[in-house]
Amino acid sequence: MHMADALISPAVGGTMWIVSAGLIAYCARKLKQTMRDNLVPLMGVLGAFIFASQMINFSIPATGSSGHLGGGLILSVLLGPHAAFIVIASVLTVQALFFADGGLLALGCNIFNLGFFPAFIAYPFIYRPLIRGGRGAIRALIAALVAAVVGLQLGAFSVVLETKASGISELPFSTFVLLMLPIHLAIGIVEGLATAAVVAFVARARPEVLDAEPASAGAVTGLRSVLIGLAMAALVIGGAVSWFASTHPDGLEWAIAKVTGKEEVAGSSEGIRGKLAEFQGKTSFLPDYGFKADEEKEVIAASASPAGPEDVGPEWPAVTAGTSVSGIVGGLITLGLVCLAGFALKPRRTNI
Amino acid sequence: MPIMHLANWIEVGRMDDYSRQDTPLHRLDARVKAVTTLACIVAVMSFPRYEVSALMPFLFYPMALTGMGRIPFGFILKKIIVASPFALAIAIFNPVFDREAAFMIGPVAVSGGWLSFTSIMLRFVLTVWAALALAACTGMFRLCAGLERLGMPRIFAGQLLFLYRYLFVVVDEGARMKRALELRSGAIVPVSLRVYGSLVGHLLLRSMGRSERIHRAMVARGFDGAIKIVREPKFRPADWAFLLGWSAFFVAARAWNIPALIGNLVTGAAP
Repeated sequence: MHMADALISPAVGGTMWIVSAGLIAYCARKLKQTMRDNLVPLMGVLGAFIFASQMINFSIPATGSSGHLGGGLILSVLLGPHAAFIVIASVLTVQALFFADGGLLALGCNIFNLGFFPAFIAYPFIYRPLIRGGRGAIRALIAALVAAVVGLQLGAFSVVLETKASGISELPFSTFVLLMLPIHLAIGIVEGLATAAVVAFVARARPEVLDAEPASAGAVTGLRSVLIGLAMAALVIGGAVSWFASTHPDGLEWAIAKVTGKEEVAGSSEGIRGKLAEFQGKTSFLPDYGFKADEEKEVIAASASPAGPEDVGPEWPAVTAGTSVSGIVGGLITLGLVCLAGFALKPRRTNI
Repeated sequence: MPIMHLANWIEVGRMDDYSRQDTPLHRLDARVKAVTTLACIVAVMSFPRYEVSALMPFLFYPMALTGMGRIPFGFILKKIIVASPFALAIAIFNPVFDREAAFMIGPVAVSGGWLSFTSIMLRFVLTVWAALALAACTGMFRLCAGLERLGMPRIFAGQLLFLYRYLFVVVDEGARMKRALELRSGAIVPVSLRVYGSLVGHLLLRSMGRSERIHRAMVARGFDGAIKIVREPKFRPADWAFLLGWSAFFVAARAWNIPALIGNLVTGAAP
């Protein structure tokens, strides 16, 4: 469920970066207040443990497949939500950098999807209430199962919303939801079983490890409303954006054009102002969703503006045969140049 | 989440070796490389969904990092391929749902879906390659120190460094456990849930025990709760040149479709 950069628009990726960075900063501040200094090595080693535990699989009864620990829930159980969130974020960062598992732009999305929901929703609102009042084996199993399933379902739904809001994938909303949620129901059950098995063992072998945590977990209750509000806002914004993206072919662009009125300005006015607006349009970091509809507008804008030497062609290749051929030819030539550059830079056989 | 095989860890170890080389690229400030790489990825992802040819110039950036950083191309290529299934699984639906013809190559009509599919996979290669090349030519320690100076919370920077430091130690422990299991169970590797619980639970308790010992060792050496990170020296002219040069290139490649311009020149097509 790690999202890749290739499916994320900078607007969505940037927003989720800000949200996740804010959550990390909040957790860091919270930890600084309640920090037992033995938590520093514990968090680091538990992050490494998540990687290591994924080498060992168990067989899933009645199926041919096998599963392993995911991480979010067990970390929350052992460390409390704040420390767990930081550990999950660090695990995802290492995965993005060294395994190409999830991208850098998508890192904010991944931290939110895989960290926020288990640590700040599933653990405090499902696992802890269910586990309260005794640690029966069945009770613990049910708590872990429900918490893991809910955490992963929310995360998977959030993946769908973020992907739809980015507008790069053509998957219809309902198909995507029907694809993601059942898969992650299965993954959630596996994760719940694995978490319950490990927690059950630790409860038998060293029960004090599980009791040591609540000191830092108690702090979350005071901020429940803030966090719920944040989650709601994210869901509402995500939902609204994805609604725009799905009902309007170029919904985001359309909405932004409505707000700023840039599109009209670029086409009509001349002189410096027109050039500035045009330049702004060209360097705009928001994707142009309405490729086909906007094409004519772009061509008109390019031809109507006072012809500078740089105004040789429209910004992106038009659908006409001539430009697409030159696009393909030019693209292949550029690819060739890149390969040449790589060949020139290719490391000679050296010993490292 | 892919299952972590031991081979993956040997690969991460190799990546660590590459990041310890000493080339002009490795000597650049980590902040500069991180910001430039992120700028490259954002620029790539800001193109409209049907764009293919204008993305090509951006390949120069990861190619330059890989070449100048003396990182073998085969190593990076393998990692990109291993990481590709998720993007592929989502992108493959574009040709299914978007069948409108976008343009013709001779008699063959290419649908918008295949065009955007190509675009997604090209972007996937670009973004993943850039991120991997950044990690391989910077290394975790310099990267964390740099990001901490860019405003990353100190606790998070410390966490990343700690995680990275003990990754190999704890993974070795897990690998030994797995080997022992395989030797005793006749290669029937997926164990029952109950056995799994005690295996991984043991691994967990051992890890926690290790962290206790680490903590005592740290306290003995004067640890006061805050991790100290060595700060690198100031920006040098080479850092500015790298940052500004590549940024200018990204802006130019984003604003003008350079391959289309070359194509126009070569084919003589009207703009």
